[in-house]
Amino acid sequence: MASKKFAEVGEYCVACGSCVKVCPRSAISVWKGVIARTDKELCVGCGICAKECPAGAITLQNREEQI
Amino acid sequence: MKNRKKHWYDYLWIVTPIYLGLGFFNIMFAWLGMIFFLLPLLIAIFNGSKLYCNRYCDRGQFLQLLGGRLGLSRNKPTPNWMRSKAFRYGFLIFFFAMFFQMLYVTYLVGSGAENLRQVVKLFWTFKLPWNWAYHGTALPLWAAQFAFGFYSMMLTSTLIGFIVMALYKPRTWCVFCPMGTTTQLICKAKAGSCTACGGGCTHSCDVMEGESEYESVG
Repeated sequence: MASKKFAEVGEYCVACGSCVKVCPRSAISVWKGVIARTDKELCVGCGICAKECPAGAITLQNREEQI
Repeated sequence: MKNRKKHWYDYLWIVTPIYLGLGFFNIMFAWLGMIFFLLPLLIAIFNGSKLYCNRYCDRGQFLQLLGGRLGLSRNKPTPNWMRSKAFRYGFLIFFFAMFFQMLYVTYLVGSGAENLRQVVKLFWTFKLPWNWAYHGTALPLWAAQFAFGFYSMMLTSTLIGFIVMALYKPRTWCVFCPMGTTTQLICKAKAGSCTACGGGCTHSCDVMEGESEYESVG
């Protein structure tokens, strides 16, 4: 997937799982009840999770290397 | 967006209105609220996950339904102070202080030092008469006092949830939910300190790959 952006989860994450429910690509999951994490391979950078996140913990980042 | 298969636990939002409704008619039903208290803790302690928040929390689902599908939320970003660690831990301490104060009142009624107060206290301040919901039971008075206190706590936190849902995101309550903060702390302790960067898991990283307990498959 050659999207320019991907979602990154930051320290404000409360691991509530709201993002997991809305991700159309199943690219995000909660890691051990600590923090949500995105699978960069699957993420298309649509930003739906970032809009949903109540803690504002998700930001869209530019991909470093383009495929 | 793809259509996901609905599971039985996707309908647990119904529990919130049922619980509050039952307590309106008979306060002793407030005791059922202990489930919402113990289950997340047990899941966090024994499973090391926030599966309760992620999947089963009725309040989270109810707020999602009202704020999301019914569009009652402004969908504005949660303010910075509200998502700060200071506020989250501060609210946790305040909430538990109020919980123990409620236990103390329960003890006073149990020991006969005080009479049963048939009131529901909103926002730890406003007393609402609630005497229609108590008809006397075979159980001791302290059990009724605890029910009034516990119901007050549940109603207050649900109302706070509604207010922040309307003002900000549907699940803004989850950001400072005392149970959510507690279970996340337990999970952090169980997961141990990650040695990859020493950053205390402040962002998702590649070391975490393939170790999630809650995937969005299905």
